[in-house]
Amino acid sequence: MHSLNPMNLLRGSFRHGVHPAAHKEQTVDLPIQRVPFGDRYLMPLGQHIGAPSKPVVGVGQRLYRGQIIAEPGAFVSTFLHSPVTGRVIDIGPHRHTDGTFKPAIEIEADPYATQQLPPAQTRDWKKLDITAFIGEVQRAGIVGMGGAAFPAHVKYSIPEGQQITELLVNGAECEPYLTNDHRLMVERPEALLRGIEILLEKLGAARATIGVEANKPDAIEILRDHLSPDLPVEVVSLPVKYPQGAEKMLIKAVYGQEVPAGQLPRDLGVTVNNVGTVVAIADWFDTGMPLIERVVTVSGPGAAYPSNLIVPLGTSVRDVLSFCGGLRSETREVVMGGPMMGSPIASLDVPVMKGTSGILAFTNTETLRPPEYPCIRCGRCLEACPYFLNPSRLARLAKARLFSEMKDYRVQDCVECGSCTFTCPSGIPIVQLIRTAKDNLAHASRKGEPT
Amino acid sequence: MIKKEPDLLIQATPMLRQEMTTPRAMLDVWIALIPVILAAVWFFGVGALLLLLTTIAGGLMTEWVFTPADKRRGVMRDNSSLLTGLLLGLTLPPGLPLWMAFLGGAAAIGLGKLIWGGLGSNLFNPALVGRAFLLGTFPIAMTTWSPAMGPGHFFEVQGSLFALPFQTPVYDAVSAATPLGLMKFEQQSTALSKLLIGNTSGSLGETSGLLLLLGGLFLLWRRDLDWRIPTAIFASAALFSGLLYLVNPVQFPGPLFTLFSGSLLFGAIYMATDPVTSPLSPRGAWIFGIGIGFLIVLIRGFGGLPEGVMYAILLMNGATPLIDRYTQPRVFGRQARSG
Repeated sequence: MHSLNPMNLLRGSFRHGVHPAAHKEQTVDLPIQRVPFGDRYLMPLGQHIGAPSKPVVGVGQRLYRGQIIAEPGAFVSTFLHSPVTGRVIDIGPHRHTDGTFKPAIEIEADPYATQQLPPAQTRDWKKLDITAFIGEVQRAGIVGMGGAAFPAHVKYSIPEGQQITELLVNGAECEPYLTNDHRLMVERPEALLRGIEILLEKLGAARATIGVEANKPDAIEILRDHLSPDLPVEVVSLPVKYPQGAEKMLIKAVYGQEVPAGQLPRDLGVTVNNVGTVVAIADWFDTGMPLIERVVTVSGPGAAYPSNLIVPLGTSVRDVLSFCGGLRSETREVVMGGPMMGSPIASLDVPVMKGTSGILAFTNTETLRPPEYPCIRCGRCLEACPYFLNPSRLARLAKARLFSEMKDYRVQDCVECGSCTFTCPSGIPIVQLIRTAKDNLAHASRKGEPT
Repeated sequence: MIKKEPDLLIQATPMLRQEMTTPRAMLDVWIALIPVILAAVWFFGVGALLLLLTTIAGGLMTEWVFTPADKRRGVMRDNSSLLTGLLLGLTLPPGLPLWMAFLGGAAAIGLGKLIWGGLGSNLFNPALVGRAFLLGTFPIAMTTWSPAMGPGHFFEVQGSLFALPFQTPVYDAVSAATPLGLMKFEQQSTALSKLLIGNTSGSLGETSGLLLLLGGLFLLWRRDLDWRIPTAIFASAALFSGLLYLVNPVQFPGPLFTLFSGSLLFGAIYMATDPVTSPLSPRGAWIFGIGIGFLIVLIRGFGGLPEGVMYAILLMNGATPLIDRYTQPRVFGRQARSG
């Protein structure tokens, strides 16, 4: 399993998957713009899987930009930093992106502050050992920037006896509409390669591969132009297919190997990092800026002026949208993340978080659903599912609420990419049914019920 | 301070859908069959059209009567009964009395689909259930074949079509054996060119091999068809008939005759590929098709009737749940398992 050598393998892709229209043309050539500072910021304490962070500041306390405002609540948890110079005005429940109320720190920006980062203390990463490096990554609050926002330092904590040989940088950006990773690769190739250099050295990996879908030729060309002979980095052009950016699919596409179910990429000696994550690591060691802002694509047919933006974390969706012209009146739904796996939001007052890759506005054309017909067992979902599950069967079982039978059909292996729903000619909400079933199973197992 | 936007929908992702819909897929099969319908009218006169309309009407009326009033709109819109009626009609002999065709349409939808729970729940191909019902109930009428006529007799509707219910029909023309009948009972082959063009006797839609293939290509292009099923049927029917031909070339026909005679093409392209009654997985599709091809050759060679496509498909329909169960695809990152 450790003989992963991308040079020896035929370049292919993963099998199955779907080809939704890319819809990236609206924003693909727009340079990233900085959103000006506003007056209020909301930093939810739980931004990802794992334990929420614990606040270390009090109401009324003055903050400078980049100051730590919360510390990890557990190992799978990170630091949070203030996105602006200002003052804490509230710590308590606030509307979260998932519609519930969750604890968050509300910060009022100081209108007279320059919003400069304080001078950075030099961080010589070369001298850090792996434990100190992992601590630094956690201290910078860095998480996976592709969407799931899994704390990055956890990925780098390799158990005894394992060794990372391959660093795989995820520039697939297979979700339609989104162009934030694309723009980052085009505009900041030096930072990306700097981050790769740091990770290669600290993890002791032999080489790095940047996987980019072939519909981003400019990014591939710019990255290849910036490669230096000292750094073992290869840029791989991948055939366009959804969900190429899913970790295990990307590994299959680049190395031709399947990560066994229940195992992690590191069991194959691979670690997968989004381009945004790698750039965030470079920024921390180069400038001392923790993760307090990120690139967000605003797009979709309901967005007045689609844009790629650098947004301070905690900015409300309303403020981001009003910076780029607001929503068209036809807008019916706003989604955070990509159109395939993102989540709709009920209120524009929810904040941009570490995992927010896009803010997409949709109109009736996309939100009106055709009538649902019975499953005719056409098998299109089987040919779409990248995990080779049987979505037709799973949907039937879910409708009958036979959740525990679904486990026999490996419902737990589903990554909820939505290819099945995309492809179903009968308009059956297959992935939505599967999500409900998984929620029910998780609930039952929490309560210790036999399922 | 924080309120729900009154206008925002909360509808789970994915937001995007591909364009194909189930009613559209049904319509595609209809479109693919238009040349076949025209050929049926050309060879068997305007009576062919009457037969097709009758089976469709029988199916639609049964569906309307036995569907709860609040579900009728949705059910009638899915185009599936429209297609079942057409498929059944195309398998009937050109001189079948209309009242029988009507009963056949009603049986196809009623016994073939509705009693199973409607579209998507039936085990057997509804059109073939309708045909099996007719063959069992009216064996003589279902095996009386009128010869292909041609355009000169376009407006001559055969008198047998208008036979009164439960009266013995009177046929105008002398009945003509189908190419398969000639083969089976008189060891007499029919020229391949006739089989391709379709000016032989037989069921309304089965005679023209070329037009059937043309429609199949259209469905392939529209991606409505699992190509593995017809491919497997052709391959296995050719293989097994080839073996029999080698053993006894006098009694058994060769592979080409086997493929292009009778309803093999029609059954393989339009009946066996019914998604509801065929296996889901690619591996299952191969097994299903190979089984059908084998059974066709077996029934044609050794059965009492010259044709065996209908029973071959129905038998394999019955095996579909079992095939599905043993051909679950191997889940990504897991070892293959059986059962």
